[in-house]
Amino acid sequence: MPKVTYIDNSKNSKTIDIENGLTVMEGAIQNDIPGIDADCGGSMACATCHVYVEEKWLDKLPKAEDAEVDMIDMAYEPKKNSRLSCQIIVSEDLDGLIVTTPEKQS
Amino acid sequence: MIKTDTIIIGAGPVGLFAVHQLGIKGLEAVVIDNLDRAGGQCIELYPDKPIYDIPAVPVCTGEELTKNLQEQIKPFGTEFFYNERVEEVKQDKDNWIVKTNNNNEFIAPNIIIAGGVGSFEPRKLSINDTERYEGKSLFYSVKNKDELKNKKISIFGGGDSALDWTLELSKFSKITLIHRRNEFRGTPHTLSEIKKLENEGKISIKTPCQLMSIEGDKKIESISIKFENGKIEKIKTDTILSFFGLIMKLGPIAEWGLNMNKKTIEVNSENFETNKKGIFAVGDICSYPGKLKLILSGFHEVALASVECFKRARPNEKYRFEFTTSSKSIQNRLGKK
Repeated sequence: MPKVTYIDNSKNSKTIDIENGLTVMEGAIQNDIPGIDADCGGSMACATCHVYVEEKWLDKLPKAEDAEVDMIDMAYEPKKNSRLSCQIIVSEDLDGLIVTTPEKQS
Repeated sequence: MIKTDTIIIGAGPVGLFAVHQLGIKGLEAVVIDNLDRAGGQCIELYPDKPIYDIPAVPVCTGEELTKNLQEQIKPFGTEFFYNERVEEVKQDKDNWIVKTNNNNEFIAPNIIIAGGVGSFEPRKLSINDTERYEGKSLFYSVKNKDELKNKKISIFGGGDSALDWTLELSKFSKITLIHRRNEFRGTPHTLSEIKKLENEGKISIKTPCQLMSIEGDKKIESISIKFENGKIEKIKTDTILSFFGLIMKLGPIAEWGLNMNKKTIEVNSENFETNKKGIFAVGDICSYPGKLKLILSGFHEVALASVECFKRARPNEKYRFEFTTSSKSIQNRLGKK
């Protein structure tokens, strides 16, 4: 199973195994990773599963669609490497992915 | 104090359908919602987005779904209390008393919480200590545009609200529109109007940049924004409008003594009652093994909850299961002859 590492704002990190096909958001929710709220349940409507993706992984992700980028506009402190974790689907290609959660989600 | 059979909290699709399921059983209800209209997430978050999983409706938008549900419950003449948030819930023997922030009080044997993920609030600016300006020179919505005449206004955001207010307020105030990226999202017409105003020097657009600080003690005097390349610019500003959409906050629900699981309320899946007799939770806000956050699941939940509501509101009557196709009493309640 691919491993994904979540680093919080205070640099605490947690690495978990996530089944292929689940999203990085679902992996966080199922494993009680703090810092990801996912209020809307993954319908790209709230920007509370916002994460910063480590630079070297950015190009490996499918490009964000317009609706995701629009939603990131609403997120807390968006940066160039911002993504919504509900839109990142875990696969073997993403084994080792590292994401950082923002200081807060809202 | 308003007496009814069921107090419904939340006017989203599931709250609206609760009115229907109670209504066909002859039960009265009132609906309370923090927003100024029905529809909940369907209206606030995705009014134009297509929904494909409403049974027998191949496709509809959030707005259409809301309108159709409102049409469907019209015969019951239910009273809606908008712009009110439920603050307090307390027990009175077999009844529940509900108090809102508008000091309305309701009493009923049943409460159905169809509150989605909580009540909607504007998303605040990300920098600290901005509360002291709120409502005076920092606004998250425009209530009275006459108060925004002859001002130096900085507008934050890249969507419809930011663009529309830039166009409108530029008629009588100096506008700076600030957005974190170069692209704005709006109708082609709006975007070309914005471009035109910028070319004519009537508005100023700053991208890609974000707010760094606000200067000014009691009143806002200027803001500093930071561009992606690190450059910092100070802009004379006396008013800030910020349009970063809405966020959902659970609010007082967490304090009503209900068993919670993260931000959701635990219910049984037989009648969706919580740990408190007569308080039900349905739709996105409830949790039980296998729960799916789908509108259709909420419809099912409220149908079952309404049966228990009947038993509590009419303890001396026997509940009889009936079909809308054949029941004369249901058809009467729907105003059909």
